[in-house]
Amino acid sequence: MDCNRTVEKLDYESRMGGGMRGIMKNQKLSSSEKILRTFTYFILTCVSLICVIPFMLIVSGSVSDSAQIMKFGYSILPRGFSLDGYRSIFLFPKQIAKAYGVSVFVTAAGTGIGLVVMTLCGYAISRGELRYRNVISFIIYFTTLFSGGLVPWYMVITRLGMKNSIWALVIPSCCSSFYILLIRNFMKTIPDSLMESAKLDGAGELLILIRIVIPLSTPILATVGLFLALAYWNDWYLASLYITDADMWPLQYRLYNILNAASKIAQAGVENFTSKILPTETQKLANAVVATGPIIFLYPFLQKYFVQGISIGAVKG
Amino acid sequence: MIKLSSVKLSSVKEREERGEPSGMPGKKKGVLWELWKHKSLYLMTVPALCFFLIFSYIPMVGVYYAFIDYDFAKGLFGSPFVGLKNFQYFIAGGLNAPIVYLTRNTILYNLVFIFLGNILQCMFAVMITIIGGRIFKRVAQSVMLLPYFVSFVIVGTIAYNIFNTNYGVLNSVLKTFGGEGVNVYMIEWVWPFIITFFNLWKGTGYGMVVYLAAIMGLDREIYEAAKIDGCNIFKEIRYITLPLLKPTFIMLVLFSLGGIMRGQFDLFYNLIQRNGQLYRVTDVLDTYIYRSMTVNFNLGTSTAAGLYQSLFGFILVVSVNQIIRRKNPDNALF
Repeated sequence: MDCNRTVEKLDYESRMGGGMRGIMKNQKLSSSEKILRTFTYFILTCVSLICVIPFMLIVSGSVSDSAQIMKFGYSILPRGFSLDGYRSIFLFPKQIAKAYGVSVFVTAAGTGIGLVVMTLCGYAISRGELRYRNVISFIIYFTTLFSGGLVPWYMVITRLGMKNSIWALVIPSCCSSFYILLIRNFMKTIPDSLMESAKLDGAGELLILIRIVIPLSTPILATVGLFLALAYWNDWYLASLYITDADMWPLQYRLYNILNAASKIAQAGVENFTSKILPTETQKLANAVVATGPIIFLYPFLQKYFVQGISIGAVKG
Repeated sequence: MIKLSSVKLSSVKEREERGEPSGMPGKKKGVLWELWKHKSLYLMTVPALCFFLIFSYIPMVGVYYAFIDYDFAKGLFGSPFVGLKNFQYFIAGGLNAPIVYLTRNTILYNLVFIFLGNILQCMFAVMITIIGGRIFKRVAQSVMLLPYFVSFVIVGTIAYNIFNTNYGVLNSVLKTFGGEGVNVYMIEWVWPFIITFFNLWKGTGYGMVVYLAAIMGLDREIYEAAKIDGCNIFKEIRYITLPLLKPTFIMLVLFSLGGIMRGQFDLFYNLIQRNGQLYRVTDVLDTYIYRSMTVNFNLGTSTAAGLYQSLFGFILVVSVNQIIRRKNPDNALF
């Protein structure tokens, strides 16, 4: 089970403070090493700031006063303070609630279906006794090398009657050849003797998979599940192709439309509301915050698993 | 099916009774026998195979759209065959033809993303390992990974927030310092930098974790031996870490080279949107194909461009793989 061991090792090392070569506190440093260390701290601080500042810009823009934004433009710090942007979102709580509902459903259904389909396939082709396992692997791998392109793919999906169906957001991206091969590679490391002894006890393949292989493969399955869920949550592309009904837009595509058709929305809104109620500029950013909120909120809890997952992918892939 | 397989089974039994070697499992037996013997395992692959059949293999037939004048009423095989007419718009215009600048943009952007990206990721991973502070290490790593988790729509929002002509942060800062506002969306040359920046912004954290995992997988004893020999930290990086990371670096670069004809559609589309003035320097094959289909409803041209992308990419991957196989078979993709 070298994978499990790798994960444990990584976890252990990150608990011990990360790297291969942490400089111990009591270790004597030459002056050049001190300079290097200071320089490294400096660079990493700058890079970290660059990674965070855009988020801060969005948050600060979203709580700005829209009148001042119209006059002076966005700034790094909020101009004035007003929650009008957020208020306007929650004036129509149904819309945002619907978008949330679609996103949650798509993420849950897609991750669930994808995991089941890919685990089944990955397990089957990980078994050495299957004579055509390499043929199947190749059939799966070949799809990454050559594809028919966007139009034929689009036509097939619309022919299946998925246009304006919520399944158009779920099914077309539930399987990925990369993940199937990742799962296969992981399951290959499980010793055959376990399966053979289970077979002697009269267990069928499905039972072996559920009782033995899946519990031993939780690291890789969790990884694949998390990455699938992230991809589904962040997806707007499928919606842009297949969903024209605004009631079925997932969160990201709704945000995309708010951003890009802002003028349209403003025009449509002007009939009913004065510009004071509908501050489009801050509203855009408030929408962005609301759409990203769950990810940022969950990030501290999930980050560890993602890091483990990326590491397994790197080791095994 | 059952009958056939039972026949096969009995023939195996007979062979065994005759004392013939029943070794070489499966090799001599028929396809159906193999399928029947492991029917539950083969059944497990059916959902995934159906998926790839429907969403990957059937669309491959659809490349025929590139050669017809598609008529919705007549369908794929009823529409008139027009040969290479659909490619004409795509390749016409000499050096200004879409095919030329799209290919150039796609390949150049990807090369920059791949090489600059990998170098930065590798560099930051090494940096993270040599600093001491445990909390700093953690925070820096978390923060750098954060952009990976947000959608490209958010990336578009950020770009809008910064570069927007009327209200953008950039212009309001410029005005604060007495400068004049600029319309970034009118300046061609800055966009390659902006696009590259956002690509690196989003992807560096992820790649860094990959390299960190690789560094942690290195043999600790080498470092201890080096330390005893009086190796300082510079030499450690130069003579141990970097050389040992070289295979990982090469492998990751090669993996990405396989997708060099595929652009980061989300990135380009969300940053540029439909800003026609910038297409010459920012349009890649993926955005062109998408627009041809969804905006111009030109199925023929779109499929033609897609077919070109797929074929060219396929040839590229296979030839890169051949070269690697000759030089270093362990790194070959297939």
